[in-house]
This record gives sequence, structure tokens and C-alpha cells, in this order.
Amino acid sequence: MKYVGKNSAEFKNVYLRAASTISGPKEKKGPLGQYFDYSYSDNHCNAENWEQAEIKMQQNAIDTALVKSGLEIDNINLIIGGDLNNQLAVTNYAMRDYHVPYLGVYGACSTCVESLIIAASYIDAGFGENILTVTSSHNSTSERQFRYPTEYGGQKPNSMTSTATGAGSAIVSRSASTIKITKMTIGSVVDPELSDTQDMGRTMAPAAASTLRQHLEDFKIKPSEYDLILTGDLSMYGADVLKGIMAEFDCPLGNNYNDAGLMLYDTKSQKVFAGGSGCGCITLVGFSYVIDAMRKGIYQKVLLIATGALMNPIMVAQNETIPAIAHAIVFERSNV
Amino acid sequence: MEKEIYKKVLNEKKIKRPIFLNAIKAFVVGGLICLIAQTILWLFKDLLHLEKTASTSLMYIVIVGVTAILTGLGIFDKIGQFSGAGTIIPITGFSNSMASSALESKSEGIILGIMTNMFKLAGAVIVAGVVSAFITGTIIYLFR
Repeated sequence: MKYVGKNSAEFKNVYLRAASTISGPKEKKGPLGQYFDYSYSDNHCNAENWEQAEIKMQQNAIDTALVKSGLEIDNINLIIGGDLNNQLAVTNYAMRDYHVPYLGVYGACSTCVESLIIAASYIDAGFGENILTVTSSHNSTSERQFRYPTEYGGQKPNSMTSTATGAGSAIVSRSASTIKITKMTIGSVVDPELSDTQDMGRTMAPAAASTLRQHLEDFKIKPSEYDLILTGDLSMYGADVLKGIMAEFDCPLGNNYNDAGLMLYDTKSQKVFAGGSGCGCITLVGFSYVIDAMRKGIYQKVLLIATGALMNPIMVAQNETIPAIAHAIVFERSNV
Repeated sequence: MEKEIYKKVLNEKKIKRPIFLNAIKAFVVGGLICLIAQTILWLFKDLLHLEKTASTSLMYIVIVGVTAILTGLGIFDKIGQFSGAGTIIPITGFSNSMASSALESKSEGIILGIMTNMFKLAGAVIVAGVVSAFITGTIIYLFR
């Protein structure tokens, strides 16, 4: 691993061996539904409660990734993962059934890329052959923790995003495969001094801009370097703010930019307000459609920027603002 | 310098909320709920010839009960999304906040879940009611 610029590093021989996605019913009905490995027809996932449902999805994601990679759980040297629940409850409990070293990470909705960055760094540094990452979010576990009860009849504004129900797992490996993990940029916390918990997209946009600009500066490249620049869950209004900020810095984003929150759902016909959000959002889009398109050769170089609003309901109630963070990772098609 | 640009763009791209349209929807739906409640009240009072206090209580029970059932069936949150304050301000909002909190906490058991959390949202309304009743009561007692 080579340290580049201020926030970035370059990996030598790190590959994405396999990735899996498990989604809920609403995500299945979205434009990318056909790309998921498995989708539940009900948000309960035949489990006793919402938390158990999310645990089940995470375990399904891990098992599917293992099957797709042709590996056994004994071949996994480390698991890195997280979710949105307090104390990372879902990931911690999902790990009870796997006797593998485990690191839990929290970066709100940026957890997917955060765990990939750590996994790739560990592989590059020589910590074993295969490291598995896992992330998930569930609409109902998040709603009740961060907002209101699911059936509460309060009016939600247009700026609201809908937490995606889904889990995804990736196996980062030393052995060569089609997709290479080449670069990463670790973001720093950016607080745009907003405190509206129902307007997370706009809150996270400055953090995404900061990480993207730092990435471009560290590697001395332009946005046109990538076939796809994908942000995590800025959704309609956040993506618009990001484009605005990048234009102000004389570095406008072109047609190669998109947001996972806008791709996961059909924002016109599906009732998701401004779009999708949550750890599951970029996980579902990145690990299904994007990887599929890369394997087919549609994309050669992809930059994933997962954005996280580091919101805590208690801090917000104490009149604090909401800080945000974004981490970036680069997938490249290799000629293996 | 960066922060200034963030603020500038965020200010330029402020989201406009349809306040006027929301107010009209709230007015119509809220009014409709009151109309239904008044009709129920008349039914109890004039058709069944019940006492005024009994009719009022029964009317409340019907409205609260119907809201709780609609909440459980997953219909009320959709009505609430359309009407906003129109369904939250009348007693329907009180019923919905209790029923939804109870449903949400069911997985944590009866005592620690449902009983502890049922007033999580409605508690504020009760405190506000008790405090304002105390203040007005004191004023009336002192100055009458």
C-alpha cells in the first residue's frame, strides 16, 4: 500500500473476489431488482421482529458471497462490517454463528466503503488471503431508532429519504479476479451546520464534495477519469447540491455521475420521497448492478463514494448540528 | 472558504415546502374528521337519546378506536402523509401516536415494550395538557 497525497492510498494486489446482495420487496420492485441475488417478498423476512429480519439478511448475504466465491467460512481470515443499529447490534448478533475474527465499524451510511477500505488495507498489509465485509440496513429498524414508529401518521417532507432494506457482502482477496480494488480516499468529518433530520441528502453533500475533491487532488486526476462516479445516498436534493458545489470549485460533474439513492428506486412511481438511503443503499447498487456492469465490460473504472450522516437523535435534540462523512474507493477492471 | 461555498450552494438550493397546499389539505381533512365526529355525537344524542356527557365520551371512543384500528392495518400513516396536521391535531393524532408506539415496541414485551413506550410520543401532549390545565385552573380560582 502506498500513501498518496493527503487522504489517499493506492493498493497493489487487492481484488474483489465476489459480492452478494439480499434485498427487501420494495428494492426488488425498483429498476435494479433483477440484479439482486435474493429478495424477500416481505420486510419481515419470516423473522420474529425487524432486528432479527436484518440479522437474517446479513447472514444470507455472507453465505451467498461465500457460495459465489467458492470459499468456505474457514478460508475467511477476518470479517469487517457494520449496520445502523445502536451498538452495531445486528452485525454483532449475526457474527455469533461465524467463528471468525471480526471488527465492527460504524460510519453511518458510509459503512459499506469504510469496511471495504479497511479490508483492502489489511489484505495489502498481509493479514491473510480473504477478508469478508458485510453491511446492512432495514427500513423499520432505522425508522424506529432514528425517527418515528413505522405506523406513525406524521407528514414527511419531500426532502426525506427512505432507508433501503437490504444487506450486502463482499470478499476482498489477494488472489486475482476481474475486479481490482486500486485506490481509496478516507474522508474527514464535514459539518455544514444543518440540523434537519429529515433532510440528510443535503447534509451529506458537502462531505461527498470534500472527499471527491481530495481524491481528485491526491491522485491529480479529473472526474472524467471514471466511467462512473457513484455517491451513496444523497438522493434528489443532495445530488443536486453536490453538483452545485463541484461546479463552484470549477470541477463540474458530467453524465458519469450518479447517486445510488436515485438508482435503487423509481423515484417517480415508488413512494420513497427524495430517494433511497442507508447502508443498504450503496451496498445494493454497488455490489449488484455496478459489479455486473464491470464484469460485462460496460464500466472499466468506478469510483464509489459512500456518504454517511453521523446523526444522533440525542445530540440533535440538544440543538447540535449533524456532521457528515464520505469515504471513496476505486474498482478497476483488471485483465485477469 | 470551503464552508462558505457549501453554505452558499445549500442556500441557493433550499427546498421549498408546499406550505399553502399542506394547509389546505390539513384544513379539509381536519374539518372532515370534525364533521364525522359531530355526526356521531348527534347520532348518540338525538337518535339514541343518550346523555350529553355519555354521548361525548362514546364519540371519543369511536374516533380513537377507529384510528387505532386504521393504524394497526397500516392505513393511517398514509392518510397522515396526505393530510399532515389535519389528522395529527385532532384526537386521531393522539390515538395514532399511542397505537403506533405500542405496535413498534411489541417485540420488547408487554411491560418494557408496550407499557413503557406507549406514551413516548403522546406524553408531551399529556404534560402540556396537565400543565396548562393547572395554570388556567389557578387563574380562574384566584380571579373569580
